[in-house]
Amino acid sequence: MKLLIKNGHVVDPAQRLDAARDILVENGKVKEIAGNIKKIPGIETIDAQGLVVAPGFIDIHTHLREPGQENKETIETGSRAAAHGGFTSIACMANTEPVNDNRSVTEYIIARARQVGLIHIYPVAAISRGLNGENLVEMADLVEGGAVAFSDDGQCVMKADLIRKALEYARMLDVPIIEHPEDHSISGEGQVNEGFISYKYGLRGILNAAEEVIVARDLILQNRIQSRLHLTHISTAGSVELIRNARRQRTRVTVDVTPHHLLLNEERIQQFDTVFKVKPPLRTEKDRLALIAGLQDGTIDCIVSDHAPHTRDDKDREFEYAPFGVIGMETSFPVIHDRLVRAKAISLQRLVELFSTTPARVLNLKERGQIRKGFPADLTLLNLSAKFKIDDEFFFSRARNCPFIGWEGKGAIAYTIVDGRVAYRSDKK
Amino acid sequence: MAKKSFRQDHLLGIEHLRVEDIEVILETAEAFIEVSSRDVKKVPALKGKTVVNLFFENSTRTRSSFEIAAKRLSADLINFSASASSLKKGESLKDTVLTLEAMNPHIIVIRHSASGSPLYLTTFARSSIVNAGDGFHEHPTQALLDALTAKQELGTLRGLKIAIIGDILHSRVARSNIFLHHKLGNEIALIGPPSLVPKEFEQLGATVYYDIRAGVRNADVVMMLRVQEERGARNYFPSIREYRNRFAITRDIFRLAKKRAILMHPGPINRDVEIDTAMADAPESVILKQVTNGIAVRMAVLYLLKGELDEAAN
Repeated sequence: MKLLIKNGHVVDPAQRLDAARDILVENGKVKEIAGNIKKIPGIETIDAQGLVVAPGFIDIHTHLREPGQENKETIETGSRAAAHGGFTSIACMANTEPVNDNRSVTEYIIARARQVGLIHIYPVAAISRGLNGENLVEMADLVEGGAVAFSDDGQCVMKADLIRKALEYARMLDVPIIEHPEDHSISGEGQVNEGFISYKYGLRGILNAAEEVIVARDLILQNRIQSRLHLTHISTAGSVELIRNARRQRTRVTVDVTPHHLLLNEERIQQFDTVFKVKPPLRTEKDRLALIAGLQDGTIDCIVSDHAPHTRDDKDREFEYAPFGVIGMETSFPVIHDRLVRAKAISLQRLVELFSTTPARVLNLKERGQIRKGFPADLTLLNLSAKFKIDDEFFFSRARNCPFIGWEGKGAIAYTIVDGRVAYRSDKK
Repeated sequence: MAKKSFRQDHLLGIEHLRVEDIEVILETAEAFIEVSSRDVKKVPALKGKTVVNLFFENSTRTRSSFEIAAKRLSADLINFSASASSLKKGESLKDTVLTLEAMNPHIIVIRHSASGSPLYLTTFARSSIVNAGDGFHEHPTQALLDALTAKQELGTLRGLKIAIIGDILHSRVARSNIFLHHKLGNEIALIGPPSLVPKEFEQLGATVYYDIRAGVRNADVVMMLRVQEERGARNYFPSIREYRNRFAITRDIFRLAKKRAILMHPGPINRDVEIDTAMADAPESVILKQVTNGIAVRMAVLYLLKGELDEAAN
């Protein structure tokens, strides 16, 4: 099976490639990258004239809800949503029912992903059994079963001693520990960013310090352990500063941020609209600008969606009782391209780095995140001038809890190619 | 009584009211005070209209006050309390309200522990929504009845200093009063321990004091708030004893206020916690007048939302 992608403009930051190239794919792998590959009669050819060809996007923080909450999302609908968003690989968090804290759940997720067969799905296993924050899971067994990282995500590990042991043990396995930094003793029943807005509207607040004390704690521990620590969806100016300083002291850490924290601030919650209820909460404009600065100076390594599907009924209720979370796999690229690349806050090369190159490194996914001869042909083709409009019809996800509904702009996924097969193309819905 | 211009479909809070709206409500309430002093305390202004009291939090005084207000306007009133409701069977607020609306009420008065719930109702309900207190957010009729009481006692609502003392953080009464007095251009002093009175409240047009004496000095209105134990307020300071010593209103502290100053409390009061028991019963205390005025203010709100022109005069 062959596929020829002609006349595209290849952007691959891993090899500093930013030039017109043709790509020939054979048996799911890149066979040749060259300035001009002659058309071969009879093989499928994509005319990529005017398109950017990037290494397949990778979203290392998603929730697919299967097993257990298939009314919100399934591995199948989540795969379609990922492909629609340009993602050839995604990692899914462990807070399923049952929790992914043992090999059988990890293997189930991988088997279901293969059955669907659209994109690569990498399970992230829990750090602690049943997300109880007390006892480590069988990490080595889980890695053998296919887990690529460990995280208790929303149930941030409160015991410093447990996170220390997880980091130490994971060093043996060379897998990352992903921390959702939130000190629950500070955030408590908080609903939104704590500050003037929360005080004005009478909503319980989540102080920026709830995040920062865990960021600081983990960086201090990691400074001596030097395992693989990844801090996910940081949201405050203080976190960016702590990480910047830790890097100067050669602490090994990687960091991601979400499009909603980059593009929205706490002022959105003034109408008590539950679509903007998310953890960590949307912060102040000052925090938002600090996150963009962190993208620009390299403090932040990748962009993740934290795709968290909920049903309409879940979100259609009193603000305080609605669950946290937004969906995002399908909107990450268009909104970041339109609002940050087109606004010249970051370059297109940097965007590809944030969506492909670094996420592959964080999860240690060898042969992904770059376009090289002999590597799997995971490619995302971008049409930067195509208009997008995010409305109810836009989504492949089962959920609609997206804070970007109503947004329009430029930049769309033209093709998502996984192992040389077209998983999504914009001209066929 | 001519129904003056009141261009609101709902009463969700003070924040979005215009000064003219506040004035219309207070003037209308003043006219209704007379009704409550009659032997037959009833006018047909809301005859044939149905008001639903939808209370998801325990409240005797506010619920009764709305009930009496609706009845004095000749409305039909249904009390729907959460404990007796289907909410315990897992029904959502939306389904509960849609079910009630199938019975075609005109006004739904809602009290709910979650901030923003009245606004949420307006996204799908057809009735006029009246906020009878939502979480820590707003309690507009309380602020309006406080204003009516102050106006009666002091003769004006302008150029005043309002001192609000206690658990500002968890108080919807405080927020509605801050919005109201900021709109009227009055000076607002917020007093309490820093854990219950964040400095950011100053961005709403108030001044924050941790020293009750400094805050009460020259005040025209001293408004005490209840320590809301049910909202976990007790974790914000070490003990009731220490709180009382620093933030309870006593005769000595009240003397620092203006000569004609009045003492208010939205109730229920905790005697000898936030308010010295002698002060609660002092001549300067208008706590019971507030309760009486609550009926007139709620009559005014219900009438302005759904009353027929001129019928109130009958």
